[in-house]
Amino acid sequence: MRMVGREKFDADLKYVQDLLLELSNTAIDTLNNAIDHLLDHNIEGALTVINNDIHINRLDEEINDRVILLIAKQQPVATDLRRLMVLVKTAGDMERIGDYAVNIAKETIRIGKDEHIPSIHLLDEMRVKTIHMLKQILDAFVNEDMEEAKLIAKLDDDVDEMYGKTIKVFLSTGIENPEQMGQITQLSFVCRYLERSADHATNIAEQLLFLLKGKHYELNN
Amino acid sequence: MEQILEKESKIILPTKDIVYDTQQLNLWYGNHHALKNIDLPIRENEVTAIIGPSGCGKSTYIKTLNRMVELVPTVKTTGKILYRERNIFDADYGVEELRTKVGMVFQKPNPFPKSIYDNIAYGPRIHGIKNKKILDEIVEKSLRGAAIWDEVKDRLTTNAYSLSGGQQQRICIARCLAIEPDVILMDEPTSALDPISTLKVEELIQQLKEDYSIIIVTHNMQQAARISDKTAFFLNGEVVEYDDTDIIFSTPSDNRTEDYISGRFG
Repeated sequence: MRMVGREKFDADLKYVQDLLLELSNTAIDTLNNAIDHLLDHNIEGALTVINNDIHINRLDEEINDRVILLIAKQQPVATDLRRLMVLVKTAGDMERIGDYAVNIAKETIRIGKDEHIPSIHLLDEMRVKTIHMLKQILDAFVNEDMEEAKLIAKLDDDVDEMYGKTIKVFLSTGIENPEQMGQITQLSFVCRYLERSADHATNIAEQLLFLLKGKHYELNN
Repeated sequence: MEQILEKESKIILPTKDIVYDTQQLNLWYGNHHALKNIDLPIRENEVTAIIGPSGCGKSTYIKTLNRMVELVPTVKTTGKILYRERNIFDADYGVEELRTKVGMVFQKPNPFPKSIYDNIAYGPRIHGIKNKKILDEIVEKSLRGAAIWDEVKDRLTTNAYSLSGGQQQRICIARCLAIEPDVILMDEPTSALDPISTLKVEELIQQLKEDYSIIIVTHNMQQAARISDKTAFFLNGEVVEYDDTDIIFSTPSDNRTEDYISGRFG
């Protein structure tokens, strides 16, 4: 009895994993940039975010297509098959983060050059936490580090709490300054997009656990 | 508060009766220890697949179930194989009686050089059935059961050798059904067949398990995954893992099983 390689399968798998890495890094950077552009009233930057989304979408499609071909041609089973399914789902999570960046860019354009409300800095704090979570979960995913993934998923509670607090502050600002209600609505959406992005980090942690254990987990209720 | 919840998703089905219960079976060819401490319960109306690399003992095991392995003069066995709760190695257990209940289909289709009709009627005739009407009924029922009736009903007197490989294999299955067995053993029944014939035989196996218990040795892991309810992974004469096929092909508990089914071993 001897170990035999599945060199073609492993090479193709590695290619898809690299695509996911590229997609993830691009999506996370784009989200980060989208908030920068919002804070800087940078309309041009916001337009770049919108235009770049096509690249993220294409990567997601290519991952889907390549995984379908791998399943059709190589008939993987067990962990190999789960790894492919998890790649597709994680690509979907990351692609969605790219969509949130686009949404944030659109809000940036809507707000335009209007002076920001003072509490906008809360969004910056929330961004720092969310981006940290996404970067960390990507590392844990690449290293297949289950314990790290569980810890990162717990950070979602912090983001949820920040979300609740930020929305409250925004609303009370709006009650005091009804003329700013338009901008506050846009910023509340941005706040929601960041909160949703952090939820996707939890999804990815759950996917990693599914990959490694073959069972479904709920890391955050 | 514990946040990490493991979701329970397994479907529990009622357990079926055991038709074959292998207990601590050991088998030697001369000095070669070919089967080691095999414990394997085979349940009725299920398809049990035996997989493993060449020389792992899977064919030896299936040939032990109908005592065909005894044709090899140097064979020695210890342990028990209970068929319907009776040890087939008991001194007073008649091998003919066993083989009436346990049919076998081989790797290469091996019809007799006779007409299609005579191939199927062969077993019943040996059992003393001479009445033409009864034989006609058995032949039709068996050919229907093997999903080949429509293809051969107009040429029952033609020599079975004139059929394609896939048709010959279904004739052999029909011949096996003619003696109304309880269990059907299949030793790589599709390895000599083209893909379409293979799929037909696989479909047939799915239908047959309604009425029979089927044990199939296969080199084709995807076939085991497609058609079986339970899978046993043999390696070096031992059962490394035996479980629901769904588990074996998704979350096997032994790394050697995972390596083998993933094509990284063998």
